[in-house]
Amino acid sequence: MTTMQDPLDVQLGGKKLSRGKLPRGTAIGLLVLSVVVMGGILQMAGSFGIVLTVFLGVVLYAVAIMVLAGAVEGGRAARDRLATTFMYSAFALAVIPLISLLWTVIDYGLDRFNGYFLSYTMRGVFGGMDAGGVYHAIVGTLEITLFATLISVPIGLLTAIYLVEYGPTRLGRGITFFVDVMTGIPSIVAGLFAYALFALFLGPGVRMGVVGSVALAVLMIPIVVRASEEMLKLVPNELREAAYALGVPKWLTIVKVVLRTAAAGIVTGVMLAVARVIGETAPLLITVGVVDSVNYDLFDGRMMTLPVYVFRQYSQGLAPNGITTINYDRAWAAALTLIIIVMLLNLIARLVSRLFAPKTGR
Amino acid sequence: MTTTGETAVKQKMPPQPDKQQRAPQRPGDVVFSAAARAAGTLILVILAAVAVFLVVEAWPAIEIPSSELATKVSFIEDGDSLLSYVGPLVFGTILAAIIALVIATPVSIGVALFISHYSPRRVAQVFGYIVDLLAAIPSVVYGLWGALWLMPRVAPFFDWLSSTLGFVPLFEGPVATPPRTILTAGIVLAVMILPIITAVAREVFLQTPLLHQEAALALGATRWEMVRLAVLPFARSGIISATMLGLGRALGETMAVAMVLSPGLTYSIFILQAGQHQNIAANIALKFPEATSLGVNVLIFTGLVLFVITLIVNMIARWIVSRRAEFSGAN
Repeated sequence: MTTMQDPLDVQLGGKKLSRGKLPRGTAIGLLVLSVVVMGGILQMAGSFGIVLTVFLGVVLYAVAIMVLAGAVEGGRAARDRLATTFMYSAFALAVIPLISLLWTVIDYGLDRFNGYFLSYTMRGVFGGMDAGGVYHAIVGTLEITLFATLISVPIGLLTAIYLVEYGPTRLGRGITFFVDVMTGIPSIVAGLFAYALFALFLGPGVRMGVVGSVALAVLMIPIVVRASEEMLKLVPNELREAAYALGVPKWLTIVKVVLRTAAAGIVTGVMLAVARVIGETAPLLITVGVVDSVNYDLFDGRMMTLPVYVFRQYSQGLAPNGITTINYDRAWAAALTLIIIVMLLNLIARLVSRLFAPKTGR
Repeated sequence: MTTTGETAVKQKMPPQPDKQQRAPQRPGDVVFSAAARAAGTLILVILAAVAVFLVVEAWPAIEIPSSELATKVSFIEDGDSLLSYVGPLVFGTILAAIIALVIATPVSIGVALFISHYSPRRVAQVFGYIVDLLAAIPSVVYGLWGALWLMPRVAPFFDWLSSTLGFVPLFEGPVATPPRTILTAGIVLAVMILPIITAVAREVFLQTPLLHQEAALALGATRWEMVRLAVLPFARSGIISATMLGLGRALGETMAVAMVLSPGLTYSIFILQAGQHQNIAANIALKFPEATSLGVNVLIFTGLVLFVITLIVNMIARWIVSRRAEFSGAN
């Protein structure tokens, strides 16, 4: 059998129609090689460091692949490879902070993260004492966030129902626009608003859990509206029409058919919204204040919350005696507690939407 | 065009039914629709109330003569008026946000393109979740991480930056140690706004009409050329609005800045020096717990300024998005 000629490999007046192609795996091999070579160079120069090595290694790789691909595959392919390198590096660069952040919080936080830390308050703890916990802050965070949820879910859900079920009106368009704008309100401004609202009626210097709840609700409402709106839009129109055909009033259709179908998605949206606001620090710092012992009453006096606890411990700095880094250790452990709560909320939310979503038959 | 279409439809419609033939208005319906409308209206009222209450509480600070202001508020220096107090804060706020944007925008667009067009299809969604996780982390944890983990690690880089590019006024030394500078704060802010810009940009990239992309590829474009010719032009307004949303977030971010930056009130462009800048939100968070009555009014006034700035930025961003939805080539 004579050798088959690649149709693209035809010689046209001595000029090839197709360009060459680098063998598969060249890119990965070259990347490893560049990093190793760069590591060697830096080792000899005496300034070896993981970050620097990887960074300069990638730069070296980008240059090498440009030259190599430019020679074999042509300029356009070389630029394509450079762009690919950039996209991959951008993603790697974005993941670095996430990994380092989670790793540091877990690494430093686990030192003090135990049953004692979770079940004691800061009452009577001073200096570098090997004591103190976060119980009061957990209580405060849960109560304030729960109350914020109680305020924002009815408002947010009813608004979403208005937007989806009562059709596009001019008011509806205005609401949609301003809900979007509202998602951009800085958290500290929400805190100032809640403070100003209560200060007007109760006099200046007011510090109560419920003020914080109002501030968080202002931040939470737009998120709830957006999430519920998306979910309500997913409910097929056939279901509504079937209910109307059976003579069911509109409001019962909404409550019994539409909301029930979208329930899982709405729960997910609400939980994600809770996860978003539970870590808010600034509004709580200025509306709820700080306190060392537990306070269960939302309507009387200062409360502690987890994010504010982290900030407070951090800003106290090194202790003068005893365990000098105790404040930082507590801050890390509280940050770990907070991240665990947030991640749990995220996880449960995703599970809810996956497990309880209505069967679509598709 | 659309108006003529609508009138044509109206003419074809049957005459309106008599009042007797209309569906009965049940009390449940009336109550429920009224409640829904009230909730929607309440949101608008809340937004208006935010503005009104901020103005009301800021008013004492506005109407007092500036000569008295300094004597009554401990953190305002003699001879400073309200505006000359807010000025450097606005400058610091915008500077920190711009640093964050300069760092975050190219990276976010790269990440978004990676997830939408470059990563293997099967794991793209997982990568999307990973980037979204960045948005779930509370800002105070970012602050802690920035202050205790990031700061010692960027110090050598800042030294290098200052010694190599020190002739540029921006990077003029002496480099602060520890680097509690606005550049460090900007880096932390960049990490925080990255997931926001990425999420919006990713959505827009995924909406690029498949036919445009396939047409580019069929004409022999490489993947990068396809992205440049089909995806990026389609997504331009989406990228702009994503960036604006990131800007809005960076302008209002409090804790990361409060925990990383060493504050100062100047119009300094030396981003490697400490004690030069402060942003509005962090300033409020740090001063508010100890502020007395008129001091609170001053801080609320700065909050009002911040509110107006972010409101404008967000409205422009949303306006671009909504305009795009009407004229996009996809529909």
